[in-house]
Amino acid sequence: MSSTAQQTPLQAAASAAPRSHHRPWWFRTFVTAEFLIIALLALVWMWATVSVDNFDGPLTVRYLILDIAPLMMIALPMTLVIITGQIDLSVASIMGLSSVVMGILHVQLGMPVPAAAALALLVGLTCGAVNGFLVAYVRLPSLAVTIGTMALFRGIAVGLLGTTALTDFDPDWTSLAQSSLGETRIPAISLVLVAMIAVFAVLMHATPFGRGLYDIGHNEQAARFSGVNVARCQLTTFLLTGVVSAAAGIFYALRYGNSRGDNAMGLELEVIAAVLLGGVLIFGGRGALHGVIAGVLLIGVISSALRLEGVTVNLISIIIGVLLIASVIAPSVAAGIRNRRRRPPPPTTDAAEGDPMKGTPQ
Amino acid sequence: MEPRPAEPVLELDGVRKSFGSVTALSDGRLRVMPGSIHALVGENGAGKSTLIKVVSGLHPRDAGTFRFRGQDVHFTSTAEAKDAGIAVIYQEPTLFGDLSVTENIFMGRQPLRWGRRIDTQAMITEAERIFARLGVDLDPRRPAQGLSIADQQIIEIAKAISLDAHLLIMDEPTAALSGVEVQRLFAVARSLRQEGRGVVFISHRFDEVFELCDTITVMRDGAYVDTVDASRTSREELITMMVGREVSELYPKTPVEVGEEVLQVQQLTRAGIFSDISFTVRAGEIVGLAGLVGAGRSEIVRAVFGVDPYDEGAVTMHGRRVQPGRPQAAIRAGMALVPEDRRQQGLVVEASVGRNIAAAIRGQLTRFGLITAAAEHRAAAPWAQKLQVKTGALSMEALTMSGGNQQKVAIAKWLATDPSLLIIDEPTRGIDVGTKAEVHRLLSELAGQGMAILMISSELPEILGMADRVLVVSEGRITGEFSRAEASAEAVMDAATSRHEQLRREGAL
Repeated sequence: MSSTAQQTPLQAAASAAPRSHHRPWWFRTFVTAEFLIIALLALVWMWATVSVDNFDGPLTVRYLILDIAPLMMIALPMTLVIITGQIDLSVASIMGLSSVVMGILHVQLGMPVPAAAALALLVGLTCGAVNGFLVAYVRLPSLAVTIGTMALFRGIAVGLLGTTALTDFDPDWTSLAQSSLGETRIPAISLVLVAMIAVFAVLMHATPFGRGLYDIGHNEQAARFSGVNVARCQLTTFLLTGVVSAAAGIFYALRYGNSRGDNAMGLELEVIAAVLLGGVLIFGGRGALHGVIAGVLLIGVISSALRLEGVTVNLISIIIGVLLIASVIAPSVAAGIRNRRRRPPPPTTDAAEGDPMKGTPQ
Repeated sequence: MEPRPAEPVLELDGVRKSFGSVTALSDGRLRVMPGSIHALVGENGAGKSTLIKVVSGLHPRDAGTFRFRGQDVHFTSTAEAKDAGIAVIYQEPTLFGDLSVTENIFMGRQPLRWGRRIDTQAMITEAERIFARLGVDLDPRRPAQGLSIADQQIIEIAKAISLDAHLLIMDEPTAALSGVEVQRLFAVARSLRQEGRGVVFISHRFDEVFELCDTITVMRDGAYVDTVDASRTSREELITMMVGREVSELYPKTPVEVGEEVLQVQQLTRAGIFSDISFTVRAGEIVGLAGLVGAGRSEIVRAVFGVDPYDEGAVTMHGRRVQPGRPQAAIRAGMALVPEDRRQQGLVVEASVGRNIAAAIRGQLTRFGLITAAAEHRAAAPWAQKLQVKTGALSMEALTMSGGNQQKVAIAKWLATDPSLLIIDEPTRGIDVGTKAEVHRLLSELAGQGMAILMISSELPEILGMADRVLVVSEGRITGEFSRAEASAEAVMDAATSRHEQLRREGAL
């Protein structure tokens, strides 16, 4: 009680404590949210290989990658958004809208795929600009803004096509979307994913822009006082989710040769689940990309293994939902345990001095 | 007339309170008699607030006696103090805006009818009765939302009366009130005195203290100075008691040749916050911005630095206009601002020391647009060393450090930008004496190297010891400017407590 200046909000403790320097290096490296989720991924993978029929079959990895590609793409910019302490719920709707734009321009109007794709990306960028403007400059809460635009963009997508599905895509392009690398069974989209992961890893962890995002997530006021252009950073993150979601929508339309208003319905929840599972703090300020990649793969492996087992989609949703809640609660629980250890319970004798620093584990 | 009972309502003696290594209150004494309005005066940091927080149960005291209505008490929460009959009315009350005036008064202890239903009529009747007694005209049914601060304070007072509080503490209640509202508050305070309650009135405005109070207790540096009868003292005597101490050698400002003009602020105005602020800071010069807490000093420098907007005026650096409302532009022009609140504004405490020191120079540390932790640490290390930041490693979080070390990190971060103007807001607030001296030495050295320094401080000795020139801000205006030779504690205090209306009356503006 004597040292109020040392007391920090729970969320700050949750974000800060794993890098405490009172621990040995191996503890700091391996006992982190990221490595826990990587370990969990390894366990689930081993379990699936051993006990799920056909999980070790030749096509599993191929379909796993094709299935998670949109999830992986969108999870990357979503990580940036959540690190600044915001959220973007409209990504799946932008994805659906972009696939509809592809269908209308390419299938109905006969525009070549590259031109249609470029316009679809532009639509995605515009959607991101709407979100970003409202959050960064009008300063509305992103939760409210993107719930609104989630409905708005989805409504436009469904309104444009009604209940019809456009399926008459150029077969050269649809087969390209599913093509493999040379003689292997690894899909060509893997190259795109690896390139995007590399770009986002650099952006997050090795640029002033990325440093600024973490600052904003921790303490927006301090970021402003340091000369970080908070509004522009926030706008940029929403532009990125917009344009990447549109790219995912293009891939989705070409892979399934299908353009429908309700494409990718509900995918935003899987994206957010993957990002939070990967150790990104929902309050912002903390997270690393390797954890997010593991989070995406974990969701992909669980879905694919359970589908091979013949489990219904509902149960898969239940499992992902439980994992998501666990990943949101875990940092707070961990911080609570740490605080209890650091600050021993109020002494019954009045001899003990209330110096919180003395209880710090060495 | 009833004879005054001899027993004081509140009796504090030798009350001590420290926060970590900082002693905020070393000898708090206060004796408030029933039926008396007792003023508590002193500079910023004299310990008034800490004393009040001990009385209101917010902080437990470390030592000393605390008697309330003749009983020794040990409050461990504000609720206990409230139940015992102590009410504190703050400068800006916090009411529930969506609830009615009556509901706010009876929050948490509504009278009930059968079936545990709230007896609304009884509440309203009681509220009307209290308002009638206080002589104020307020509709008890209206929502608290939209009430003036003066009316909100009245509601807090009504709450205290309905709780039958024996002691009311008003912490700078008049700071945000207009003349008429102040008179109404005084009338209410006097009626409380008539009822035999004890009232403690904290204010920086001497004219109000003399108008309202019968007894005055002066505090300085966390300790009791004297208690005097209001009718037997004067403003001058009070100021002398408040500041009476030597400027120690703690503040080693060395004389420096003052160079060319670096910062020029012209007629800077932000509606309702500050107005018509003009001053300059030259190379090698330390300009002190003095005044009371809440006078608008931090707001002025925040607007100069571009964190806050301003409505009118201009900020010029080296003769070139600085774009308003953009800290990035201010940094580019050579400004640096070490803000008042280290933990909220100065640093990202969750990030490492190295990252914090490099935070404002990231753009310069990149190669091919990329930045690495190694580059940040290379840039941060010399500054951490120069300022003797005591840290195990640059990768350690700022969170775990002491206030003094955090302040050094915040200063290092801005010195790393190689500024030509350093604005520093409360450079030594909440840090230990040793680090304080280090900071003062550093500021003096920087000025010696030709840096222009604008320093806000609420500690008069710091201002008088460090500044080449002192600007005094009161209620959003500059009310005094003194050279180092002219500046005295009395003169600065006088300017800081003068009110704008008063100046206008005297024809000074």
